[in-house]
Amino acid sequence: MQVKNEADITLTINGQERSFNVPVRRNLVDFLRHDVGLTGSHVGCESGICGACNVRVDGVVVRGCLMFAVQADGCQVDTIEGITESGEAAELQQAFLERNALQCGYCTPGMLMTSLELVQSGKAASREEIREELSGNFCRCTGYHAIVDAVEHVMERAKP
Amino acid sequence: MKAPNFNYCCPDTVEEVCEILDSMGSDARILAGGQSLVPAMNLRMASADLLIDINRIQSLKGISLSEDSQWVRVGALARHAEVAASPLIAQHVPLVHKAMRYVAHQAVRNRGTSCGSLALADPSAEMPACAMTLNATLVMQSKKDGVRTVPAREFFFGLYDTALREDEILIEVRWPCSGKDSFAGFDELSRRQGDFALVGVAAQCHMAGARIDHLDVVSFGTGPVPQISEQSVQAAAGQSPTEELARELAVLVAGEIDPDTVPNIEIKRRQAEAIARRVLIQMFQECAHASQE
Repeated sequence: MQVKNEADITLTINGQERSFNVPVRRNLVDFLRHDVGLTGSHVGCESGICGACNVRVDGVVVRGCLMFAVQADGCQVDTIEGITESGEAAELQQAFLERNALQCGYCTPGMLMTSLELVQSGKAASREEIREELSGNFCRCTGYHAIVDAVEHVMERAKP
Repeated sequence: MKAPNFNYCCPDTVEEVCEILDSMGSDARILAGGQSLVPAMNLRMASADLLIDINRIQSLKGISLSEDSQWVRVGALARHAEVAASPLIAQHVPLVHKAMRYVAHQAVRNRGTSCGSLALADPSAEMPACAMTLNATLVMQSKKDGVRTVPAREFFFGLYDTALREDEILIEVRWPCSGKDSFAGFDELSRRQGDFALVGVAAQCHMAGARIDHLDVVSFGTGPVPQISEQSVQAAAGQSPTEELARELAVLVAGEIDPDTVPNIEIKRRQAEAIARRVLIQMFQECAHASQE
């Protein structure tokens, strides 16, 4: 079996297949920002606490700082750029805007990733449960109320 | 910070993993969900010459019921999110089902694994406490000894110290199925939803008619390993599941915390008593309600 310090990887980033050579210690969010040039995903704590680096890998949201890029070989990776371009997050983004759910915006890509997974889960959620779902994402500006308002609004509208 | 330099491999079989561990020992670390190991590496509190990424080993995936329906197997690659959504776990292992909502946050649950949590043995984590309560069976494999099993109550030695040897990989956990006369309780105190517990309590009660046949209560975050309350096992046997009993048992649980292993023992005891009381009252109400039907 091959032991490597660098790896050739091929993955689908926002729908586009790309190949790279990466050091195995490069984490996914650094790879997306520095190697791919997608700077929408942010780096916060680098220890899995703040959620600023949340991205989607094979359909589920993960911490970009707790996965190495080499592990995403063969995976579908979606970033804030991808879900913005596709319009998937448009409704949430509009709601965030209307309700002042962002101030400095640093946490927003991660917040949107987490919120989108919740909205798309089809679960009904109370305000309390929305707070629980968002508890893995830190925001240092808004005090969270406006973010919960925005997510609640979109979830209400998504109800059948 | 970023993780220190390491080499990486991604084997296809458990045998290959065992081969590497046999030759490298603690210089190699197993990477499963990576939700504890990678932060520790990023914070430079852990390092490895070689990371063995087991994420592509098919045999470690999945959750299944044993042929004799005695236990539910959770493979080393079953993510917390899979366990939380598993109908088998909900039906047969209600304690773990209840505990899952306290385990980290969704993005972490999407990657982190039950077996990883058990192998690390953080004293504030939920899975080791559940394993102690139910006395789950941990299954490990090595080149030298092949497959061996250890009951959870003989697995946790001390702070981050377990029966898992450096040449072994934890391949699955077997959760014993709880019978229909069993009831589960779980709650914890943490600063933020999903964070590690300051104090937590897991419990399971087996009923014989309207009386308690056997009760297991475990506190965690209260010492180096999850702690079974020996006194409450005896005090509860043969009793009716009343609120009064719950209050008495909570005092016993708190009293058993070793003052030498935790700072601020008075605060810890008050927290443990409050959480134990909450868990036991709720669970006993369910027991009593079911026995009246």
